[in-house]
Amino acid sequence: MEAVHTDVAIVGAGGAGLRAAIALAEADPKLRVALVSKVYPMRSHTCAAEGGAAGVIKADDSLDHHFNDTVGGGDWLCDQDAVEYFIGEAPKELVQLEHWGCPWSREADGSVAVRPFGGMIKQRTWFAADKSGFHILHTLFQTSLKYPSIQRFDEYYVSELLVDDGRCRGLAAIEMRSGQMRYFDARAVIIAGGGAGRMFPFTTNGAIKTGDGMALAYRAGVPLKDMEFVQYHPTGLPSTGTLLTEACRGEGGVLLNKNGRRFLQDYGMGPETPLGKPVLKTMELGPRDRVSQAFWQEQKKGNMVSTQWGDAMLLDLRHLGEKKIDERLPLVRDMSISYMGVDPMKDPVPVRPVVHYMMGGIDTDIRAATTLPGLYAAGECACVSINGANRLGSNSLTELLVFGRRAALSAIEHLQSGARPAAEAVLAAKAGAAQGRIRELMQRSGGTETVAGLRKEMMKAMEEHAGIYRSGEGLVAACAKLGELRRRYRKLELHDKTNVYNTDLLQALELGSMLDCAEAVVQSALSRKESRGAHQRLDFVERDDKNFLRHSLAHYRPSEPPRIDFRDVVITQSQPGVRDYSGGHE
Amino acid sequence: MSERRVELEVLRYNPETDRDPHFQRYSVDCPEEWVVLDALNYIKETVDPTLSYRWSCHMAVCGSCGMMINGEPRLACKSFLREYPGTIRVEPLAHFPVERDLVTVIDDFMAKLKRVKPYLIPKEEKPVSAGEYLQTPAELKKYKQFTLCINCMLCYAACPEYGLIPKFIGPAAISLAHRYNQDSRDGGREQRQQEIAATEGVWECSFTGACSEVCPEHVDPAAALQQVKIKSTVDWYKEHLMPWLKN
Repeated sequence: MEAVHTDVAIVGAGGAGLRAAIALAEADPKLRVALVSKVYPMRSHTCAAEGGAAGVIKADDSLDHHFNDTVGGGDWLCDQDAVEYFIGEAPKELVQLEHWGCPWSREADGSVAVRPFGGMIKQRTWFAADKSGFHILHTLFQTSLKYPSIQRFDEYYVSELLVDDGRCRGLAAIEMRSGQMRYFDARAVIIAGGGAGRMFPFTTNGAIKTGDGMALAYRAGVPLKDMEFVQYHPTGLPSTGTLLTEACRGEGGVLLNKNGRRFLQDYGMGPETPLGKPVLKTMELGPRDRVSQAFWQEQKKGNMVSTQWGDAMLLDLRHLGEKKIDERLPLVRDMSISYMGVDPMKDPVPVRPVVHYMMGGIDTDIRAATTLPGLYAAGECACVSINGANRLGSNSLTELLVFGRRAALSAIEHLQSGARPAAEAVLAAKAGAAQGRIRELMQRSGGTETVAGLRKEMMKAMEEHAGIYRSGEGLVAACAKLGELRRRYRKLELHDKTNVYNTDLLQALELGSMLDCAEAVVQSALSRKESRGAHQRLDFVERDDKNFLRHSLAHYRPSEPPRIDFRDVVITQSQPGVRDYSGGHE
Repeated sequence: MSERRVELEVLRYNPETDRDPHFQRYSVDCPEEWVVLDALNYIKETVDPTLSYRWSCHMAVCGSCGMMINGEPRLACKSFLREYPGTIRVEPLAHFPVERDLVTVIDDFMAKLKRVKPYLIPKEEKPVSAGEYLQTPAELKKYKQFTLCINCMLCYAACPEYGLIPKFIGPAAISLAHRYNQDSRDGGREQRQQEIAATEGVWECSFTGACSEVCPEHVDPAAALQQVKIKSTVDWYKEHLMPWLKN
């Protein structure tokens, strides 16, 4: 098998992977960087982020405000040392992007403009109209082209990490174009593989978001942390799940039930604020978990509008006026017209909560390091714990930058500490075994299961039992189902047994990743017998700081459900308190 | 939800098993509001798992699902079945080699993107600690439209010149170079000119405007090409007829 010798291999070329690659190239142009991704960098899902990236820049704001918003927004499940690092680095990273050419929207005087976002007490969300993620991704990708030391391996699917002697030494990957496997001999590996929203049927996530990065680390013995925290974004189009950014509400859009009432005032986020004059951290500018939960409650009361795609609330933007909508929310208007046939200028748009983001992920420390020496992780696939139980909108784009760079710096420290590559023969043997596993899957005959069949059952179980509200009973059923699906996965047979761009094989491997992640979600959710942030239990309705001010950690076991244990949250300055999104907060 | 039986003819080619590309017919019941991509996904899931194509975001921003739909370069995620009353013929993007089925080889495009130096070459360097470069909304507006390219390559499939002369750098790459040239923070135009004013650069364009017609993001590459040509002409005159202006 062909080997690629490199210093640092990065899995995933979205925002975090590209930021890491650039940081490595800038720190030492002699370092060989292999950027390995199952898609071309421009296709990475960072491109779909709309609203913006948070970082303190305006005179009326402070790092303390950003800290308090983030920790409270996360229902005190954030590690506060990580949040402190994050908010401190955030403005520098956003200015750095500006220096690389990111077309941030501007104030009249030429300085960078910011907009309000949910759960934030000050305006601090940098934005590029409503295509912020797209511009961040393309700015990073285009900037990465400057550096000859970054070698890209586009459309390579990483199937395994190579671990030897308790250290991560590289990875094995399939080149989609040829179907050939190669192994990468790397002194350090950074995983930046994105989220796993495709475990659910109704999601804003693109097809590629199948938890592959999480599964790679998990199977190599690194725990997945806080996987039960799945974010529902309140405003997706009911037809396709397409995201309408929170900036709709930041700019002054309001949410109505079928009676035209701004119902969030009935769920602790009132009193009602004047139309067109949004008040920070109040009503429609509440956090995503609370708004999605309010939808669910309101739906139970029969107050939602029924559409052919199910119940929906109404997002009313009409009072913003055409100029503001076209200037600040052009994509939202385009999507609403294209996929719903509704022009937000003329009519309120039906929307409903939709799976959007994984707060949980690969357990990393404040240095973006995992428990496996030589392995680092950043971005949505990682859980460094700045998001806690509920991420605030616009913190994740900044997180890609801050921790993408941090992972690169930590990888360099690891190289400097004398990390040597493994013996070639050892790596080749491990890679050969990885290849054997793919070959077995491809050649298997007499199998009884299909990718589409298993995937459908997984999605159904997740939607029914791991949604906005959960119950012990439902989670027990989901755990049994996921265990069963993982067993049946071994009986999968491919229809397509050829080599070139085999998407049947690709989807089978992605399904394997999702099944492992999904089981970690439901098992962690079952173990957390409290309600906190995005994890709401109908049978344990209160937050329980005595027993659960702790991170859940799911440890992989090949033929059994994961072992779950817990670790205390890091608190530096803010003791758990009340999350106040009523007009009464200071 | 009203459904309709949709007939699709999809180009199939597997280099391992097929000598030549051929069309395969699928007949599937689809809700009226579906896009062509939904129909392909339905086929892949329920009829034929061997069908290969690229897709991800389903919201016209990742640029993966460019293909020829009834002979026109389109994003499959934004081509509605209701636009096509008859049989829908789906082929890989024109002017690119076929890797398999609807998947094309895009190495040429990726190499051209890199050649035009599509990154900010600052007029004046300053450290991050000195804060952002100021840029007024009017200065932003000068190049903003050209930042919207999603690299879907529909413009290459539509471009008659690229079809004839594959060396032509092409609409998207030139638009991107122009995007940086027009950015008030940038001072790299001269470096980029070496590529885009070369023979296979901007001069190959014959202004049919097909690129702008098919662009799903309204980037208007034809306008970028036009502006680059004018500026390059001005450069030539300055250099050859008015050399004293050089300083």
